[in-house]
Amino acid sequence: MTGGIKNVALDQVHRALGGQMVPFAGYSMPLHYGSIRGEHVAVRERAGLFDVSHMGEVNVTGPGALDFLQRLVTNDVSKLTPGRALYTVMCHSDGGIVDDLLVYRDQDDFMCVVNAARRDVDLEWMRRCLAGYDAKIEDVSDKIVLLAVQGPQATRIVQSLSRDQDLASIRYYHHRFGQVAGVAVRVSRTGYTGEDGFELYASAGEAERLWSELLEAGTQHGLVAAGLGARDTLRLEAGFRLYGQDIDEKGDPLSAGLGWVVKPAKGLFVGSEALAAIAAAPPRAFIGMKLGPREIPRHGHPIYQGSRQIGEVTSGSFGFTVGAGLAMGYVEPGKAEPGTELRIQLRADPQQWAVAPVVPLPFYKRPES
Amino acid sequence: MPDLSAYRFTKTHEWVHEAAPGEVVVGITDHAQSQLGDVIFLELPKLGAMVVAGTRFGAVESVKAASDLYSPVSGEVVAVNAEVSASPELVNQDPHGKGWLIRVRVAGDLPADLLDSAAYDSFAQADSH
Repeated sequence: MTGGIKNVALDQVHRALGGQMVPFAGYSMPLHYGSIRGEHVAVRERAGLFDVSHMGEVNVTGPGALDFLQRLVTNDVSKLTPGRALYTVMCHSDGGIVDDLLVYRDQDDFMCVVNAARRDVDLEWMRRCLAGYDAKIEDVSDKIVLLAVQGPQATRIVQSLSRDQDLASIRYYHHRFGQVAGVAVRVSRTGYTGEDGFELYASAGEAERLWSELLEAGTQHGLVAAGLGARDTLRLEAGFRLYGQDIDEKGDPLSAGLGWVVKPAKGLFVGSEALAAIAAAPPRAFIGMKLGPREIPRHGHPIYQGSRQIGEVTSGSFGFTVGAGLAMGYVEPGKAEPGTELRIQLRADPQQWAVAPVVPLPFYKRPES
Repeated sequence: MPDLSAYRFTKTHEWVHEAAPGEVVVGITDHAQSQLGDVIFLELPKLGAMVVAGTRFGAVESVKAASDLYSPVSGEVVAVNAEVSASPELVNQDPHGKGWLIRVRVAGDLPADLLDSAAYDSFAQADSH
């Protein structure tokens, strides 16, 4: 094993299931268990079980926790009542995105869920911003296992292992503590796939029990173990940004189309002045583009209008449910209107063009249940 | 897994096997398809095209990456697998059989630098670590 690559608690379980393990954000993670396509389709039509324990969890506690978070992130944490979850970004003072994260509130305490690859940077940044606030931050990532059950059968499957909770009554972006398979978990109605489902946070020592009970209970409903490959194609269809690809320190949330998580009305926060200036004239626009069924755009492919390059693909792959090559990326402002005829240069060969009209995000929306 | 004793292999993960005197079939190996993951699209030469040993004759595109295909032999393409163009997943399901890519008319013997099954297996094993 390569030095510096950490194993998740379920490492042996993934290997026994035939998971193809790849290094991702410092962890050895399952890319797939046989077929990305099969896992993608299972999540859209039935259910998939993901181990996303590489994600980082940071507790924020103390009397000044709310004020600290209001200063740290762009979204309005005062609207986050206990039992809810909030998607947000945190920015540098120049508006560059440090990370995107989920914030959960339990009465007066908070838990932030951050990207694995950004965990160390985030912690250092949070500690720097902490000065003057009566709050404490604690990295609990290594103590927590995070499993996601996603898909139209997710509620039925998780409910079959929980007697003390009516899970259907947990609304989207809400969470609750309960027992699943006899394990104490935070049950959160969230996900990164565009499907209904839950993310379950439990003590790392319970990882195997929780995983195997979910897999066993889910099998009769068509649930399969799903890896990072399907997670990526699913989130692309759902239009979710991926940190390190679609958003990073060099970009701001407004250009990334994440203006809905920036709340200037809440008062000053880190980056608020820079973002107010950017809001007047964002330097670029984030778009979705749909290609043909045999054209697969990739990160870094140039986007053209006519013969002039006006941007670059940041995420691209094949959308198994949409049935077409899909791209997200940045273009010059004013070129983002749906229907705008753009072209993407595929591969290094200048003859390999794909017609790529701008389409609204997300590419895929789940049917109303 | 079919009997691969009559197959020969390249270090770029193609296989070749003699289907009739002077005619060979070419595909990609099981190792290659498992590394690529789900194949989405194949770019294959046209009927009658000439391929040259060790040079690019097409590309295979999976969810993960686009990879060039290199011909194990020199000759004329006398058949292209239409089924695999329509259903690229055949490359994943049956890489040494139904997932074949092209059939080539060759002059003379197969190039001497091709690997036999055992040599390819140990090469592929080393390659994936």
